[in-house]
Amino acid sequence: MLLNMGPQHPSTHGVFRVVVRTDGELVLESESHIGYLHRCFEKCAEGNNYLQVVPYTDRMDYLCAMMNNWGYAAAVEDLAGIEVPERAEYIRVIVAELNRVASHLLAFGTYGLDIGAITPFLYAFRDRERILKIFEKLCGQRLNYSYVRVGGVTFDMTDEILADIEAFCDYFDPKILDEYDNLLSYNGIFISRTSNVGVIPAELAVSYGVTGPSLRGSGVQRDLRRDAPYGIYDRLEFDVPVGSGEMGQLGDCWDRYMVRMREMRQSIRLVRQAVKDIPEGPFCDKKAYRAVKPKAGEVYKRVEGARGEVGFYVVSDGTNIPYRVKARAPSFCNISILDKLTSLSNVMLADLVAIIGSLDIVLGEVDR
Amino acid sequence: MARLEIGQIIAVIKEKLPEAVVEEILDGVDPFVVVKAEQWGETAQLCRDDSRLGFDLLSCISGVDYPEREEGPEIEVIYHLDSTVNHHGITIKVKLPRSDPRVASVEEIWRTADWHERETYDLVGVIFEGHHNLVRILCAEDWVGHPLRKDYEPPDSFHGIKNVIY
Repeated sequence: MLLNMGPQHPSTHGVFRVVVRTDGELVLESESHIGYLHRCFEKCAEGNNYLQVVPYTDRMDYLCAMMNNWGYAAAVEDLAGIEVPERAEYIRVIVAELNRVASHLLAFGTYGLDIGAITPFLYAFRDRERILKIFEKLCGQRLNYSYVRVGGVTFDMTDEILADIEAFCDYFDPKILDEYDNLLSYNGIFISRTSNVGVIPAELAVSYGVTGPSLRGSGVQRDLRRDAPYGIYDRLEFDVPVGSGEMGQLGDCWDRYMVRMREMRQSIRLVRQAVKDIPEGPFCDKKAYRAVKPKAGEVYKRVEGARGEVGFYVVSDGTNIPYRVKARAPSFCNISILDKLTSLSNVMLADLVAIIGSLDIVLGEVDR
Repeated sequence: MARLEIGQIIAVIKEKLPEAVVEEILDGVDPFVVVKAEQWGETAQLCRDDSRLGFDLLSCISGVDYPEREEGPEIEVIYHLDSTVNHHGITIKVKLPRSDPRVASVEEIWRTADWHERETYDLVGVIFEGHHNLVRILCAEDWVGHPLRKDYEPPDSFHGIKNVIY
């Protein structure tokens, strides 16, 4: 039977359509259709000046907007040769890692929801709310921050907010292991729903351009923060968790899920280090705060977002409007592996939901 | 294997395919090389299979329209390659005539290219020869034109939906 799943379907996390050919409960093959949220960010970028493009990047991956802002800002800074003040680099790490935690929390909560566990969702949103409150205090926004801008950040971080962040770290750190793992990670039903399901072999993952936690879940050691350090990541200490096939085969849904849980610990570790060492000084390059006009040239800059490699290819022709901006969205590549996974082995229809959830896609950035 | 500098990477390509690299721009913000369009397929295969290069991850394919080039209207297709083993990367460009932009598909070499080539076809209008399913991916199937061409004019309406410009 041919079944149409989506574009309006609760477990596709947005407007994503999969046409599945089924035999009873078995999925024989699937075909993904995307583009329902397409608004051609790249075309919009060609009509605005360099600073005006930043808010568009928020709306790509709205769950970790800080990293999108950062990727774009870093590309333009490289192009224009702008020096980012030390304090801004520390602030960027703090907000990006907090945003990563917020994003992973949402992934954790909704993944539980996909599988049929409703309670973890409420816990995740309770804690995510605290991060959003901090961001709201910092820049007045809860999702589309436009906080990281070319040359630095938009507002300075006050001592009060730093104290809030420290308090959040103290509150949150023990939760990841105790509460969340008790709630979901080692729950017997959850394990049987996710282990040995949607196994992605490492080689296949790399060939499909899967990045981020979904790639590390297959055991590939690749994290841009460590392998191609940007900002001040080379000065900070953190580990890169990878999947090890604890509950079944290497690269199954559980591995991908667990990498996210372990990454949250590392993010909190990074936030603590950055909060401790943050220097005094300006928070943005004065000139770049007002206008940017890079020389003709081009650059490809990537940062490690919550879902993988966020890349921006920016071409300048020497005016104050970019000639071309191309965004490499991690979810776009990550979800392209879905059709292959369903063709590799026959999965159950309910497992298809588990696989989509474990890839943690955001349709805003798939379609751009 | 070890991380190579950009000069060493180019040397490896030149050693195997002496004719392929036609231009090297190493002094810009991001260094890149231009590869002859006819030899892109072979070069791509070499980039992935040579263990010294080991470019197993294709990060991104971008298409850029340059209608006003001195040497004639061109479309550039830019490939950003990366190695998860050797932790180095390279930017490779292919320059195509704007009137008939055709280049070999690399979807068999890197599976990422499947959707990325479809996107580049959709938005910039580059034809990837040998692609198994080169259809629009982001725009609607019956959309006319390629939005990221510099001379693109948006339609006044699409299936009765008016194009309102604020």
